Amino acid sequence: MSNWIEVCAADAIDEEDVIRFDHDGRTFAVYRSPEDDYFATDGLCTHEKIHLADGLVMDNIIECPKHNGRFDYRTGEAKGAPVCVNLQTYPVKVENGIVFIGL
Amino acid sequence: MAHFVIIGAGECGARAAFALREKGFGGDITLIGTEPLAPYERPPLSKAGTDQAPEPKFIATLERYPEQSIDLKLGTTVIALDPATKTVKLSDEQTLTYDKLLLATGAAARGFPGVDSTSLRIRVLRTHADAVALHAALHPGRHIAVVGGGFIGLELAATARIRGADVTVIEGLPRVLKRGVPEEIAEAITERHRQEGVDIRCGQTIEALQEETDKVVVRLAGGEVISADLLLVGIGALPNVALAAEAGLAIDNGIAVNERLETSHTDIFAAGDCCSFPLSLYGGRRVRLESWRNAQEQANLAAANMLGESAEMSAVPWFWSDQYDFTLQIAGLADDAVTHVRRDLDDEAFILFHLGADGRLLAASGIGRGNAIARDIRLAEMLIATRAHPDHAALAASSVKLKSLLAA
Ligand SMILES: Cc1cc2nc3c(=O)[nH]c(=O)nc-3n(C[C@H](O)[C@H](O)[C@H](O)COP(=O)(O)OP(=O)(O)OC[C@H]3O[C@@H](n4cnc5c(N)ncnc54)[C@H](O)[C@@H]3O)c2cc1C
Ligand code: FES
Repeated sequence: MSNWIEVCAADAIDEEDVIRFDHDGRTFAVYRSPEDDYFATDGLCTHEKIHLADGLVMDNIIECPKHNGRFDYRTGEAKGAPVCVNLQTYPVKVENGIVFIGL
Repeated sequence: MAHFVIIGAGECGARAAFALREKGFGGDITLIGTEPLAPYERPPLSKAGTDQAPEPKFIATLERYPEQSIDLKLGTTVIALDPATKTVKLSDEQTLTYDKLLLATGAAARGFPGVDSTSLRIRVLRTHADAVALHAALHPGRHIAVVGGGFIGLELAATARIRGADVTVIEGLPRVLKRGVPEEIAEAITERHRQEGVDIRCGQTIEALQEETDKVVVRLAGGEVISADLLLVGIGALPNVALAAEAGLAIDNGIAVNERLETSHTDIFAAGDCCSFPLSLYGGRRVRLESWRNAQEQANLAAANMLGESAEMSAVPWFWSDQYDFTLQIAGLADDAVTHVRRDLDDEAFILFHLGADGRLLAASGIGRGNAIARDIRLAEMLIATRAHPDHAALAASSVKLKSLLAA
């Protein structure tokens, strides 16, 4: 069972964008896709632990700002060099215009 | 079964081996490397953040090679290549026959003329072994002299300062980072090094270098003498072309390949730091890039073309450097630019956009703390790739999102 944690208002994340969310000593990246769906992953790149929320969202890909490592943020899958370790993903729900992440 | 041989187990060779499997190649792959270590990333070798004796950052765990049926031969050098019989001869006396061959031999650090490569106090930085030897000297009370104000020299200067050593950088040209970095950015970097206490001397010619039992003495043309515990020579790298040249392959500032990374010989490809190639995005001029991402991109391209595709190099050159808490990133080639537009971001971060005579965006270079410039440089890279002619005012105004220019 997920413990649902409030992140922010749904419109606080731009379409096709990402924000950083810190909770309980951990950091997450929360995404809004071009189709207006919301997703969450661990916040740090698995290459060198850089904050992914400083990166660029394009379609369903988050690109790490440091060396442009790419992940599909819906599944966490690493998409080629330089990273080869996938990201952990988390469930997300939107209720009454508020985004929640399930930890 | 087809046998593909890759010479050079560095960034490019290792990535190419894995890329062949990802693309479905079912034949044999042999990856041969002179160094005793499994393929690792070189960029951390010069940067702070690594420990006193840096741990190698491996590209893949050792188990992944047998898992992917990649025969990794370490500590082995290819000593001869015969394109007529499609064979390579190894330092362990083996001879291998290949169906397709990839030369990913990289580059070697240039030493100071006349200095023996076995010198203990005058060193270069290219391999993990070099880094281990160097890092041992980075302590308070030690004096490190760096010859060459290029990226490797300056990154190591920053690392040495962070570790508490005294540092002097000696550069022959009037400023640091003369190659490929605009003056404003080089100035920002120089200023930061000076604030940290690094003594940067530009426009200085070295007349003589002398290694003594407990120090290295550097005599400058002006008569000044600098003595250091250790001297790092960071004056560039030369492509490893000997094997290819002896085999009769065309050489032109590196192993000469076409846009598909094919050498002058059938079934032999070359990629990464060792090759020069025509870059169609910049009028087909021949370039040799010494950059990490280029090694990765060309690894992919070479793998695709070894499997019979006919893909051409289209990526925008991209490079980064870390010094102290600053990161610099450069996308594209600025050499032919006539106009520079500056975009100021927060916190001392700024980007210069370099435009050609016809208004085309040719390059973007930026510096800032952490990843302050990363998104804009990445978007600039995409604009460069589409040969965009962006509006100057929009580039200059940080309130205008570059993503909006891309959509335009
Ligand atoms: C200290 C340092 C810091 C760097 N920092 C950055 C950075 O911040 N940003 C950036 O973009 N780039 C950086 N680079 C550059 C980047 O690391 C290179 O562009 C990249 O490693 C090139 O990969 P490569 O596989 O072509 O060559 P290499 O990494 O040089 O690998 C080639 C390998 O081939 C082996 N080899 C050569 N000849 C033979 C033979 N005959 N038989 C068997 N093996 C052979 C060599 O021993 C070597 O291991 C840095 C490089 C160094 C040295
Ligand atoms: S830190 Fe993310 S790609 Fe290197």
